[in-house]
Amino acid sequence: MEATVVRTGTEGKTWGGGNEPLKASYGKMMMWFFILSDALTFSGFLAAYGFSRFKFIDSWPIADEVFNHFPFLHGVDAPMYYVALMTFILIFSSVTMVLAVDAGHHMKKGKVTIYMFLTIIGGLIFVGSQAWEWKNFISGEYGAVKTAGGNILQFVDAEGERVALSEIAVPIEGVRVEHDANNGIWFDSGEELPTYSLEEIKAGFIQNEDLLIRTQTLTEDGQKTILSRDESLLKLNTEAIGTVEGANLTENEYGAPLFADFFFFITGFHGFHVFSGVIINIIIFFNVIIGTYDRRGSYEMVEKVGLYWHFVDLVWVFVFTFFYLV
Amino acid sequence: MAHDTTQHHGSATKRIWIVFAILSVVTIVEVILGIIKPEFLTDTNFLGMRLLNWIFIILTIYKAYYIAWAFMHLEHESKGLRRAIVWTSIFLVSYLIFILLTEGGYIYDIYKGGHVAWDF
Repeated sequence: MEATVVRTGTEGKTWGGGNEPLKASYGKMMMWFFILSDALTFSGFLAAYGFSRFKFIDSWPIADEVFNHFPFLHGVDAPMYYVALMTFILIFSSVTMVLAVDAGHHMKKGKVTIYMFLTIIGGLIFVGSQAWEWKNFISGEYGAVKTAGGNILQFVDAEGERVALSEIAVPIEGVRVEHDANNGIWFDSGEELPTYSLEEIKAGFIQNEDLLIRTQTLTEDGQKTILSRDESLLKLNTEAIGTVEGANLTENEYGAPLFADFFFFITGFHGFHVFSGVIINIIIFFNVIIGTYDRRGSYEMVEKVGLYWHFVDLVWVFVFTFFYLV
Repeated sequence: MAHDTTQHHGSATKRIWIVFAILSVVTIVEVILGIIKPEFLTDTNFLGMRLLNWIFIILTIYKAYYIAWAFMHLEHESKGLRRAIVWTSIFLVSYLIFILLTEGGYIYDIYKGGHVAWDF
């Protein structure tokens, strides 16, 4: 038993903690019940995502088009390769974790140390990958135009390939300049100017006869609808109110802003779990090194933190399916 | 503090690597299906959802089973603890999914067919 516990003289007896319901120690059972409640929280998030998706079932963004980046492969369409890699990293760190637990059962301190270390490294790589994924999503790729109704209009050429705002825009000398703090005594903050104004995009669109507009609406085959040239011009001239680049909590160049909100919220909450898991792993790792569990005669703490770590992996399996695959 | 339920006879490393292989293969299959999207799977509908999506969800639950049973040692826990965890989550999550997706589908119908203007 732990040396820090105050002795009451009832240890081992039924009301002194000696009775272990469900044959699991107190700590382990509580970790399980925490995991259960956390699983319900994540289910709530994912079900809410499903709700919003069903609500906009015919105009939801296609994940393959959103997450198609891979490090060092610029401009290459690589749908899902990177998330698949992230999934592998997390599964593998789960494997090293369970190997650490197994080594703990055999009281092999050296092995536990190595496997815990590998688990921490895997977790850090995963969090870093997620940050990179966020960066790509936030900065966007092609840019789009938003309408008064909150819809997104994207541009494609005659072959149906996406065209970026930077390729369309014809520079026009702007009337508005960005308002800076040094230009006003009562300056609070001004709205930032977009990189390309709507007028520049409209001018460029009229000049280039090949350009068409792609709306969010999905066709029967699950592809986005591409308008004819006349419809495109009409749409752009009557409905467009501004340009959008990248994604944040209020606008999203890939489609419904809700998609971005849920992406940030769910992967962010999961990333926070991974991060806290790494921190807890590091604490346990140092405890293993200084021999706390060796002296205690049990590596159950490694097992408990392992449960949490596997849970994080388990959640990712579901996030991966519902955000990237389905 | 050692328990019979968590003590393994011999080393469990072999099982761990087998489970890792299963999880990897399933993930690879999912990714390949997600990239090529075979037409007969996307065109076939089963119970209101594409067959491909059913496959993804079933494979996901298959993976979740292995993570929970092998990695989280649920297979070595007592029956009571296992049921308390698994059935609680299955029951509540199915209910949540049912209620929210039904409601989402209903709102979609209202937006689409009802006399409510929402896209100006």
